[in-house]
Amino acid sequence: MEPDVLRKMLRDMLLARAFEERAAGEYTKGNISGFLHLYPGEEAVAVGVLHAAEPADYIVSTYREHVHALVRGLPANVVMAELFGKKTGCSGGMGGSMHLFDRERRFMGGYAIVGETFPVATGIAYAIALRELPEAVICFFGDGAVNQGTFHESLNMAALWKLPVLFVCENNHYQIGTEIHRHSAVAEVYKRAGAYHVPARKIDGMDVLAVHRATQEALAQIRSGNGPQFLEFETYRFRGHSMADPGSYRPKVELQAFENEDPVKVVIAETVTYPSAGEIAIAGPDNIERLKGHLDSNGHLSSRQLDAIRIEVAEVVEAAVRFASESPEPTLADAEAALNCNRHGEVLI
Amino acid sequence: MSENVYYWQALNRALDADLAADESVIVLGEDVALYGGSYRVTEGLYAKYGEWRLRDTPISEGSFTGLGVGAALVGLRPVVEIMTINFALLAMDAIINMAAKIPFMSGGQFPMPLVVRMPGGVAKQLAAQHSQRLEQMLMNVPGLRIAVPATPQDAYWQLRQAIRSDEPIIILEHESLYFTQGSLDVSLEAPPMHRAQVSRQGNDLTIVTYSRMLDLSLRSAEQLAEKGIGAEVIDLRSLRPLDWETCTASLEKTRRLLVVEEDSRFAGAGAEIVAGLTERCFYYLDAPPQRVAGLEMPTPFNAALEAASIPRVADIVDAAEKLCADSQIKDKG
Repeated sequence: MEPDVLRKMLRDMLLARAFEERAAGEYTKGNISGFLHLYPGEEAVAVGVLHAAEPADYIVSTYREHVHALVRGLPANVVMAELFGKKTGCSGGMGGSMHLFDRERRFMGGYAIVGETFPVATGIAYAIALRELPEAVICFFGDGAVNQGTFHESLNMAALWKLPVLFVCENNHYQIGTEIHRHSAVAEVYKRAGAYHVPARKIDGMDVLAVHRATQEALAQIRSGNGPQFLEFETYRFRGHSMADPGSYRPKVELQAFENEDPVKVVIAETVTYPSAGEIAIAGPDNIERLKGHLDSNGHLSSRQLDAIRIEVAEVVEAAVRFASESPEPTLADAEAALNCNRHGEVLI
Repeated sequence: MSENVYYWQALNRALDADLAADESVIVLGEDVALYGGSYRVTEGLYAKYGEWRLRDTPISEGSFTGLGVGAALVGLRPVVEIMTINFALLAMDAIINMAAKIPFMSGGQFPMPLVVRMPGGVAKQLAAQHSQRLEQMLMNVPGLRIAVPATPQDAYWQLRQAIRSDEPIIILEHESLYFTQGSLDVSLEAPPMHRAQVSRQGNDLTIVTYSRMLDLSLRSAEQLAEKGIGAEVIDLRSLRPLDWETCTASLEKTRRLLVVEEDSRFAGAGAEIVAGLTERCFYYLDAPPQRVAGLEMPTPFNAALEAASIPRVADIVDAAEKLCADSQIKDKG
């Protein structure tokens, strides 16, 4: 992998972590209300997948989509402003945390009814196939969504008509508070795609490089006209389902085990040369051996460069909060305009 | 040039015209392609436009309607056919949570040029699960528009207008209307899609109705005329938005309102029509507005009971006579 790409992925992971932790802080302060579903722990999936996508590809996401939006290239300012419900937000303050949209970047929205992303992505892919374009749709969803009828209905249609969809399961093991073995008769999610003959693989979702590689391979298959692909990324959210959920249903030891595999720390461990003792401590005990193994290899990042990235993303997040705080509230007239965006002055009666 | 056609043929002509005019128009649904549509609406179009424009879908109402939403997001103009409104209950997430919300909650970034066609209504002994009307359910959804064409001419006009609109629009057809006939002139200029129409003039009361009940109301008006009562009949043509102006103009003249709807009365379309018109016309009404509506029960299978569960011409005539008689008594008092 090119050192540049690696550094960009690391930067996006650090930005994602900093953005989400700050959003949690702003929620606690009362600057953000409503539902707020955060992503820490799952960064390797969004970053690995979206860095393998082309700008012409479409992204369809869920209610846990801030990081998908950021990695796709939406400025942190407009994402944070949307979380604040401001006019300058990427959805004009009409959508909020769960409904981020950006037409220009083909970010086709966050959908907050579990299972909606399947038919939306399939429909976009239908349009691509009809027009015979070399584009693909990336459809995000969680392990809880595969028990909705739309999963089966949409995979069936996507496979039947060989539509260019990459189904991306972010398997964080929990549908809100219910662990996967208590909600799915077949807990190996990727096997369920096999029922529709959609090629499916299970990948370590804590390893950004593995995610990236698998996505590149799947997209290449899709672009050569072979129809949909399915990737299950095993990952973990470090926080509860939303800010309203302390996540107390999860065994401590399970959380600790995944925190030791923290994708952000792992990728740092993989890329930094000659880390300091402090950095080794940050990387976590289980990663020390792994890190030491890399000491002899040529690193891609000095600890000074890492510090610089950390400072840069902290500044981006700080500026985003300032931008959101200082932005105006939308008016009822703005709401009417959004509702009637498609009316073009048409006379109704 | 006017010709006599079936309602389904008018819809077929409209689809054909827009499929020919615009490559982004596609038709999706169960048996719409090879089979030609359960009510023949898409007959002959598959051979003409091919499988990517006319797509037979699996029996997956929720997802093929959602597929239409996704396709509309990137500029296709899908016309989704749901075999009956009863099956559309499985697609309400796509219609209400997606199509009606996305333009708004994206802050106006994504128009939604989606048309969902479906028939509702009591046909002939299809039993309780296949005989619902349910229009009131969709009327309470801001962001949707609902057209209810009652004639072949309106079916043609309104479907074409809906396809060319960038808003999500429900075309609510009626199973008992597909094989009714009426005149169609494709060269006529269409009125605005949601403008109500005065289908018959009269001075004594205003009957406000829509869809298949238009025909019954017109037949009732003929009988009422023989009894010396002049009924004005308004075909709403649209349930969201409602054309209040056409109705209030009529009520200023007749001062009596009778709403005729096939759906069950409680919290039905008629409730909104009566409330809205009472708010607007209270001071010049001569009598409390009345509704003739379906009974509060699932539709019985038995033919006689089925017929008795929805308005008949005699019910409308009775209600109209009573409305006029009561208000005359009041006038004398």
